[in-house]
Amino acid sequence: MSKYLLNKFLYTIDRDPELVERYRADPRGTVSWWEGARANVILNVPAAERSTWLAFDDTEREALASHDYVKLFELGAHPFLTLTLFIALFERDYAEPLGFQREYAARLGHFSLPYPDIAT
Amino acid sequence: MATIAAVIASTHHPFYYRASTSTGADRPPFADEWVAKIKAFRDTLTRARPDVLVMVGSDHFHQLWLDNMPQFLIGKAPVYDGNFYNEEREFGLPRMRLAGHEELSEYLLRQGIDAGFDLAFSNELRIDHSVTCPLITLRPAADLPIVPIYTNIFAPPMPQPKRFVELGKMIRRLVESWPGQERVAIIGTGHLSLELGGPRQFGPHGPDPQFDRKAVGWIASGDLGSALAEVSLDSLWLPGNATHGFMDFMLMMGVAGENVKADYSDSLDLFHTMEAYFTWYPEARGEAQ
Repeated sequence: MSKYLLNKFLYTIDRDPELVERYRADPRGTVSWWEGARANVILNVPAAERSTWLAFDDTEREALASHDYVKLFELGAHPFLTLTLFIALFERDYAEPLGFQREYAARLGHFSLPYPDIAT
Repeated sequence: MATIAAVIASTHHPFYYRASTSTGADRPPFADEWVAKIKAFRDTLTRARPDVLVMVGSDHFHQLWLDNMPQFLIGKAPVYDGNFYNEEREFGLPRMRLAGHEELSEYLLRQGIDAGFDLAFSNELRIDHSVTCPLITLRPAADLPIVPIYTNIFAPPMPQPKRFVELGKMIRRLVESWPGQERVAIIGTGHLSLELGGPRQFGPHGPDPQFDRKAVGWIASGDLGSALAEVSLDSLWLPGNATHGFMDFMLMMGVAGENVKADYSDSLDLFHTMEAYFTWYPEARGEAQ
């Protein structure tokens, strides 16, 4: 289990406009490509000096591949990263200002304090 | 010696820029009151006639990442570009470019490290909305050199609240001892109760109005004793999952001084969060050392 890798996925998709659109259109394919090509690239290090050990477990991979932000919250992904990326993915589909954000809150309504641990 | 022209603590709300510049049907109903409050707040900096701005904020996973995360970092660069693609995308924030005050950065780093804070530094820092939002509200001309100071209020493990206070006290001492002739304003932004990416986000008020009232009282009266007694890394999860940003307010209380009342304080109960604005004038009190 790797909260760090979940966060790394959310972070590296969110900061790249092309990857945001790719993840919206093809979440499963994007997760699969990213895990193979990008998961082990250290962000400030040449790609040849990549890590050798980072991989999603099945639950994490499925949560990302199904755009399941409720599951990501449960798994302890950083809520700011998840929210920011998912606003970019789905806010456009809602007519009301903050409509997506409010639905997002409601879908997390069954969580009570303490929330899942986000420490990495 | 340098003069501390003003100490300012504020929330930083990334929606302000769009709310304040929108017109017609796009203009939200709360915009006019918000703009009026910000203009009054801006005057508290303008009348202090600052030459340099020390800006305390927190990178929101833009340049700083979990593979190499500093707790406290000071920028030392001649120029800082500002705002990122995802802030443009979500908040409509403009790209900005600020001059840096390298000499003061260098002084704070050297003296701060020697005083016991092992500060990280950055010679190429792109600043995000935690620094650009207060520039937009307080100094929209963005015409003064800055020294950005970043704190980790975002990624556990974080420093204890008391370290934020100690850093604030040290910044105050160091700026006062800096052998420049400039008038320095120290500006820091954080949050009151705030939830992002959780079930309490974007409600009609901040997630914990009771915490907000108490926190505003602590800040306005400089009551560091109560704040430190009641706030811990664990307790800050309770008012809202992004409330660790309150530690930047505690840092600014350290700058302003224990039990020193703010000369100006104001707040605005917006949907989903409370805005709060504070200014102290050490010079008028004869506090400069």
